[in-house]
Amino acid sequence: MPTITIDNKKVEFENGMTVMQACELAGAEIPRFCYHEKLSIAGNCRMCLVEMEKAPKPIASCAMPAGDGMVIKTNTDTVQKARKGVMEFLLINHPLDCPICDQGGECDLQDQALHYGFDKSRYQENKRAVKNKHMGPLVSTIMTRCIHCTRCVRFSTEVAGVDDLGLLGRGENAEITTYLEKTIDSELSGNVIDLCPVGALTSKPYAYKSRPWELTKTETHDVLDGVGSSIRVDTRGKQVLRVLPRINEDTNEEWINDKTRFAIDGLSKQRLDKVYIKNDNKLNVADWDTALNKIKDELNKRGKENAIALSGKFTDAETIIASKLFLDGLGSNLYDCRFDNAQIIHNESESYKFNSSIQEIENADAILLVGSNPRWEASVLNARIRKAYINNNCKVGVIGPDLDLNYPYTKISNSLSGLNDIKEKKSEFSNIFHNSKNPLIIIGTSAINNSEGASVLKLCADIAKKLPNYSNTFNPLNILNQDISRVGSLELGFVNKYFDKKFEENIKENIKINKPVIFLLGLDEIDPKNLEQAFVVYIGHHGDLNAQHADIILPSPAYTEKTSTFMNIEGRVIQTSRCHNPLGEAKEEWKIFRVLSDLMNCDLQFNNLNDVRKYLVDNNKNFLQILECNNTSNLSFASPEVITEHTIAYNISNFYMNDSISRSSETMANCTNEILNKAKAS
Amino acid sequence: MKHPGMTNKVYNISNDVFNWSEDNFNRASEIIKKYPNSRQQSAVIPLLDLAQRQNSGWLSKTAIEKVAETLSMSYIRVLEVATFYSMFNLEPVGENFVQICRTTPCWLRGSDKLTKVAKEVSNSKLGETSTDNKFTIVEVECLGACCNAPMVQINDDYYEDLDEDNFRKILIDLKNNKSINKGSQIGRQTSHPKRGNDA
Repeated sequence: MPTITIDNKKVEFENGMTVMQACELAGAEIPRFCYHEKLSIAGNCRMCLVEMEKAPKPIASCAMPAGDGMVIKTNTDTVQKARKGVMEFLLINHPLDCPICDQGGECDLQDQALHYGFDKSRYQENKRAVKNKHMGPLVSTIMTRCIHCTRCVRFSTEVAGVDDLGLLGRGENAEITTYLEKTIDSELSGNVIDLCPVGALTSKPYAYKSRPWELTKTETHDVLDGVGSSIRVDTRGKQVLRVLPRINEDTNEEWINDKTRFAIDGLSKQRLDKVYIKNDNKLNVADWDTALNKIKDELNKRGKENAIALSGKFTDAETIIASKLFLDGLGSNLYDCRFDNAQIIHNESESYKFNSSIQEIENADAILLVGSNPRWEASVLNARIRKAYINNNCKVGVIGPDLDLNYPYTKISNSLSGLNDIKEKKSEFSNIFHNSKNPLIIIGTSAINNSEGASVLKLCADIAKKLPNYSNTFNPLNILNQDISRVGSLELGFVNKYFDKKFEENIKENIKINKPVIFLLGLDEIDPKNLEQAFVVYIGHHGDLNAQHADIILPSPAYTEKTSTFMNIEGRVIQTSRCHNPLGEAKEEWKIFRVLSDLMNCDLQFNNLNDVRKYLVDNNKNFLQILECNNTSNLSFASPEVITEHTIAYNISNFYMNDSISRSSETMANCTNEILNKAKAS
Repeated sequence: MKHPGMTNKVYNISNDVFNWSEDNFNRASEIIKKYPNSRQQSAVIPLLDLAQRQNSGWLSKTAIEKVAETLSMSYIRVLEVATFYSMFNLEPVGENFVQICRTTPCWLRGSDKLTKVAKEVSNSKLGETSTDNKFTIVEVECLGACCNAPMVQINDDYYEDLDEDNFRKILIDLKNNKSINKGSQIGRQTSHPKRGNDA
């Protein structure tokens, strides 16, 4: 390996590294503004200057490739002087409004000015002023603060894949803007706020709300889509003020989508914080004892062996196992999680997991999307597909209606029958697909939410088995679930064959006959009309659609208020942490089922969260390893089915308001109006 | 310094339409062909120039968008280029775009007087277009013809060795649509020493 000398210390580095990366290996910290690991190199801020032996002047370490035998100095007087000079130039036009700037306290420029800035200005002239730009409902701009690092421009062009931002003019007239100040049309637009090293791009909903040092920071995971991005939640008291991404190369890299970041104002609206019982068609506040006893009476009256439990979008594994054990104790196995009617192959975990892992997308050179709009269903995962397109020229084929993706794709068909062509290598894309080295199949729930769903899975497994990269250790068949609860529920066997094929109709049928007690675990994606004759117990945190039609409402904490376990689409076990105490009288679901089990004499044995988790691990060993996923590639269910004509309709119509939390969010409503409705109108 | 080429604003006229003329469309195709495959977007500068020429010396919103569409680029990428170079005017200009050099050699040789004459004849301020739409007068930095200072550039041509009188005549002739001589106004051959009175 080549070696480089940094501050008299010899380090080995890999070919292709820059001087800056080599310096980091040697433990020398280099200040920077424009350089960012995940973006292309611009080299325009000049803050990373270092001295190189035999070079007449300092070099920009971020843009200089490291070479064998180079001698670099990072702490000489020259370097210090050069950085001071750069800092002085940057501060010439930077306003002194730190006391009212939202970036204050976490600002790169502020921090580095402390080290490299002069204590007084030598600049007598007027500072320049730049007009603020409109960039939509999420990003607020104070453009006078901009230091033109162009991170935001590179992010939107390279990662988000929308050519919206640009740097106009030059020199003193340089300005960052969108074309004619249009809204940034991307689900990842919030990330430019994190990328901005100064306070030029800040969060609009968070404007002037708080200071970073006042906030309690909790490291946790996101539950608003299936990816389970690593996030940090900043709270003050019982208020979640903002969500920031954490680096996790397995799932979200450094990004999170705008719903994860901005739907948090929904966490303080429409909340269920008290127990309600319906009397005379009106929901009245009640206490826990009355409500639980009423449930007991109803269970006995309506037949406890008929009880049904259905999980929703945010149901954690603890709730699933507690409700499952409870229902088992009552003698019922009528529980299920597939409210969108997505089909699976029972007892085959490959039929509902993202088997190849999200990271593998980067290596793909051909991807077949079956009934999936990854841009909306898993935005950060979609950024990986775009990465594969940029780095490997990945070819994407789409089976389903036209999509607005941020990479080019080949449309195969509107109907699922396009899969037959792929199998028989009939279409042009199928040849590309079968001849590529690292092809992946990604199946969305919109492709399998019909009675033919199981056949689609079988056929896709058949195609996957014949792909060149299929092996004992690698499985190119991926199912992209939209909800964080789905894989965990299925892993725990929270599923009943009785509800196969036609979920809602089967429920409706069952309710008509048995008139049972039905537990909705935060499920709002089912038509309340179908539940009319049942006794509905809604356990959840938002007063959305189904809570209004419930007979009893039991409040439970939202994902920022409890410590719970989920499995993301890959089957990776993630845990959320309690960022603040639950609102009102909310109780964790497993506690509710524990008390109910006492009332019903079905004897659940857990008394604390650790006990519940023991059951979890007993039930499924995959829950043992946090942040790991053990995926297998045993596609025994593969069979060459023939798919009949079936047109796909994507089951997600509004990215911004797709669950009970984001439907309660004002910010998300603004996004819907300004971004989606405007796009529709034009 | 007011200059239609040094603004970041896009000037939009309602109901404005820009389409390549048949001639220019062919030229654009020729230009694009010069670039290697998948590098066609490099033609953005020549195409912007072509569009500017077709659009009487400036780039409207629709012209910028047309160039972007011709090269399958996003609008903002083309606007970045158009705003970077001061040669691309983003506001309407008069028939004669007069750029008066004001850098030291020309200034020492009397460029201030030329500016005064230009303002008088066109009856407009610097950076603005005269009411008869004949002139847009701007001051610019060195145009690289210092040996024949003072000089101005009017549209594509240089006019050198100027003084108040011959410059005034040029402008008045332009106003009356008369033809004028390009280059040195005192008969100098390129940048040769001036014959006769040089000591």
